[in-house]
Amino acid sequence: MISVELIIGATLLYSLLLFFVAYLAERRVRRGHAGFLRSPVIYTLSLSVYCTAWTFYGAVGSAARNGLEYIAIYLGPTLVFVGWWWFLRRLVRTGRRERLTSIADLLSSRYGKSTSLGVIVSLIALFGATPYIALQLQSLTLSLSVFSQASLPHNIGQTAALADGGQVWGQTTAFLLAIGLATFTIMFGTRNLHASERHEGVVTAIAIEALVKLASLVTVGVAVCYWILTSPVDLTPALDQLAQNTNLFDQRWITLTFLSGFAIICLPRMFQVIVVENRDDKQLSMASWAFPGYLFLMSLFVLPIALFGLSTLPASANPDLFVLSVPLSQGQTGMAAFAFLGGFSSATSMVIMAALALSTMISNNIVLPLWLKLSGSGPAASYDLRRVTLTSRRISIIVILLFGYLYFRASGGSGALAAIGLIAFLGVSQALPALVGGLLWQGATKAGALSGVITGFTIWAYASFLPSFEGQFILSASILDSGLFGLNWLRPTALFGSEIQDPLVHATFWSLGLNSLVFVLVSVFSRPTALEQFQAYIFTSPRVDSQYKRAYLQPSSEHELLAVSQRILGREEASALFRAAAQKQGITSGLPKLTSDLIEELERQFSSVVGAATAHALFAQMTTDGYISVSELVALADESAQVRAYSAELEEKSIALETAANKLREANMQLLHLGQQRDNFLSQVSHELRTPMASIRSFAEILREAQTDTARGGTQNSAEQTSHFASIIHDESMRLTRLLDNILEISFLESGQARLDVQFVALPQLLSRAELALNSLISEHGAIIDLELHTEDQLVETDADRLLQVLINLISNAIKHNDKTVPHILISTNVIDVGAHPKLVIHVQDNGPGIASEQREKIFEKFATVTPTNSKTGVGLGLAISAQMMVNLHGKLHLRDSGSGSLFEIIVPLSWPADEPS
Amino acid sequence: MAAKILIVEDEPHIVEAVRFLFQREGWECTVEADGALAVDTVSSSDPDLIILDHMLPNKSGIDIVKELRQRESSRDVPILMLTAKGQARDRQMAQLAGVSSFMTKPFANGELVEEARHLLADKA
Repeated sequence: MISVELIIGATLLYSLLLFFVAYLAERRVRRGHAGFLRSPVIYTLSLSVYCTAWTFYGAVGSAARNGLEYIAIYLGPTLVFVGWWWFLRRLVRTGRRERLTSIADLLSSRYGKSTSLGVIVSLIALFGATPYIALQLQSLTLSLSVFSQASLPHNIGQTAALADGGQVWGQTTAFLLAIGLATFTIMFGTRNLHASERHEGVVTAIAIEALVKLASLVTVGVAVCYWILTSPVDLTPALDQLAQNTNLFDQRWITLTFLSGFAIICLPRMFQVIVVENRDDKQLSMASWAFPGYLFLMSLFVLPIALFGLSTLPASANPDLFVLSVPLSQGQTGMAAFAFLGGFSSATSMVIMAALALSTMISNNIVLPLWLKLSGSGPAASYDLRRVTLTSRRISIIVILLFGYLYFRASGGSGALAAIGLIAFLGVSQALPALVGGLLWQGATKAGALSGVITGFTIWAYASFLPSFEGQFILSASILDSGLFGLNWLRPTALFGSEIQDPLVHATFWSLGLNSLVFVLVSVFSRPTALEQFQAYIFTSPRVDSQYKRAYLQPSSEHELLAVSQRILGREEASALFRAAAQKQGITSGLPKLTSDLIEELERQFSSVVGAATAHALFAQMTTDGYISVSELVALADESAQVRAYSAELEEKSIALETAANKLREANMQLLHLGQQRDNFLSQVSHELRTPMASIRSFAEILREAQTDTARGGTQNSAEQTSHFASIIHDESMRLTRLLDNILEISFLESGQARLDVQFVALPQLLSRAELALNSLISEHGAIIDLELHTEDQLVETDADRLLQVLINLISNAIKHNDKTVPHILISTNVIDVGAHPKLVIHVQDNGPGIASEQREKIFEKFATVTPTNSKTGVGLGLAISAQMMVNLHGKLHLRDSGSGSLFEIIVPLSWPADEPS
Repeated sequence: MAAKILIVEDEPHIVEAVRFLFQREGWECTVEADGALAVDTVSSSDPDLIILDHMLPNKSGIDIVKELRQRESSRDVPILMLTAKGQARDRQMAQLAGVSSFMTKPFANGELVEEARHLLADKA
């Protein structure tokens, strides 16, 4: 016989071995000799965490009770690995590329880096895993108790009902086990935060455990086969019983197959070993055939052991422990001890991986976002995010195992192992629609995923998880019997009046069915944000071109970024990363430039430590305005539609503003110009006034002197001279008066205050009035005036006096400034049709000296210094007045280019513009 | 010998007034109304004093002063600028160009004659 102490001793030794293996593995990796540790073999073996104590012991129990049902548990994963290998590959590749740390991280990241989805999936995983961990503790204590009671031969295998003392002993064992597992997980799972969330130490230890599991089970199986063949045991009754219980391909069996297939993808620990710990596609391609092979070997001897146990052991023996009790009953204590180590391996590997995966989930998806929000400080604040992360993970591991232990105590070791395991399977499977849809269907939205998961989770809790307490927890027995609020259709085990007998099939149907339906419907009818769309694209496209992941960063934050990276990735790792990036950029010393590649890499590294959502938040916090990752650019694109509309409006406004500004500038220039013009005008006026005044004053003084001289009896001017001087004074006075009149007139015209007397006038009449006025001047100079009227009886609606004044001014200029002995002036008239408004054109052409072309523009300025060649007097204000007059008459006055002499052109509308007051 | 004075001025009434005043003093007067011809007239008539207007047809008084001052023969001839442009700026420009004296129109007859006498005495 073997004592419990011996078993415990062996177990402790085995545990120490595992610690040592894990330690060696980590050391090798640290020294850069990871080679073998990352081989596909180790990877494949690590996938065996799927086979927990439940499968190790429970498969035999299940076979004994329900025939071949257990095959479904192995068939599901096999089908996934063989048939859905392409999906796993996509999942693994996506996980590697996006540095996903957990299934919660995947869903959160895929659905627009949603924190809420991460929290909910983490909680579901925690809910699902707690009974599962309790199950492992239970199976360990149960299996250990086999040995404690085996000292009494008649009690072999009768462990179903433990004595009171035994129960306390079992709880102590479970508690110690929980502590030991927490220690191991913390030591090797949260030793440091590797940039890649991979744990070679843990994985290697688990690979060893996988081998022990398989070897021990195969040993027992082979032995049992030997015993069957060598001893005259009648297996017929057991076979009959088994055949009776077997219901292959019925509802439950199919459901189980599917559920275990779902679970291999959705279980947190499976995601951890399949996706997170994965290094390359080679690992997965080996696992795709080797893992089903492993499962096959694990299941191969289940049936013989069950049959042999049923046939040789008392009916009261617990079939869940046949793996141990059968060798014991044959006196093979050593083999039993080996089998116990196999069971121990199954339980511990599951607990370690589950705790590891869950702690990552909880710290990355619940604790860190909360902490970041509550601490309120940006990453620039002085804290070590690594320390926070590690601490939160370590505490999470302790809490998870504590939950498992408390659940184990609360459930009191009741219920068949398989039942709890299946409930857990269904719980975690609620993430499946969102997961599969997320990777294959670009249209899946966050709203859809959230509502689907919540729906499924609620129904699972109501129809499967809570009823497993049989009325002891939250759901009372009455609710279980007659439904919530007494509503029959809300009975947890017969929702909506369905007639599905098996509670598991019932819960699976409703929870996953409604989950998927809600997920699809809400996705179809909800609008994803741009970030969601972007993430959807990243996750659903098998190959994502890196150009879609460019990031833009404000320069000058390299130092800040390095400091933050050191806090998150660790001082050495961050420095190495920056050094490598600098080298890549050809920078020998100093920090690398913040290229999009570097930023992209950093965000990925960050998310491998703290999860996508948190990393995203960190980056957003760190560079509030400078950093825009492409995903954010996409988010911006959402708003940019509105912004574009707005900016078009702005552009219009700015154009309008610019136009206004230009007008103002022009107006200002005009004002300035006008100011200068006014100054010039005043100085001109003063000059023009001073000249006649000089003559007047001078002659006035001469005349006055002459009188005083005469009084003193001096020389006397002749009477003729005196009269001549007086007439000069008179002429110059008249000149002054005219000048003042002109100044007043042009001021009036320019200010628009001139009164116009608009009436119809016949052109010939107008011209004869002009001739009349100029009669004396014409005869004085002997000038000849010719008329060429092409508009005989044309009436013009205008101010005739003003137009006449312009004509007179032009004609008199033409005569006065003419250098020919016979001034010749040609006046011609015409009507031109410019659009709807016909205009009268009058040409006044002379045979004088003409005006040099470079002076033509100046001629209409006031007091233009331009003077016709040979002329002794300036033009004064005459032309300026005429030009201004024509403006007031809605017409124009030009100087046209002519062969010789000057050609002035008057243009005036035939009819006065209707909307203008006269 | 009577002093020879050149009057460069395009306003006939002012020319008449100035000539009347100067002849009364016994000075000989020559008149030039065209700015463009003024410099040549100076060379040909070799005056003891020039009375010069600013605003002249074809060439401004300032330009004439500058030209005269560049010539050896007329470098030291006293020039009295008599102009209707009486602003400080005009006075400055005239002095920079090299006029000997500056008077604005309208002028007091006594002052003009006194200034002319003064300039003739300085030259002598």
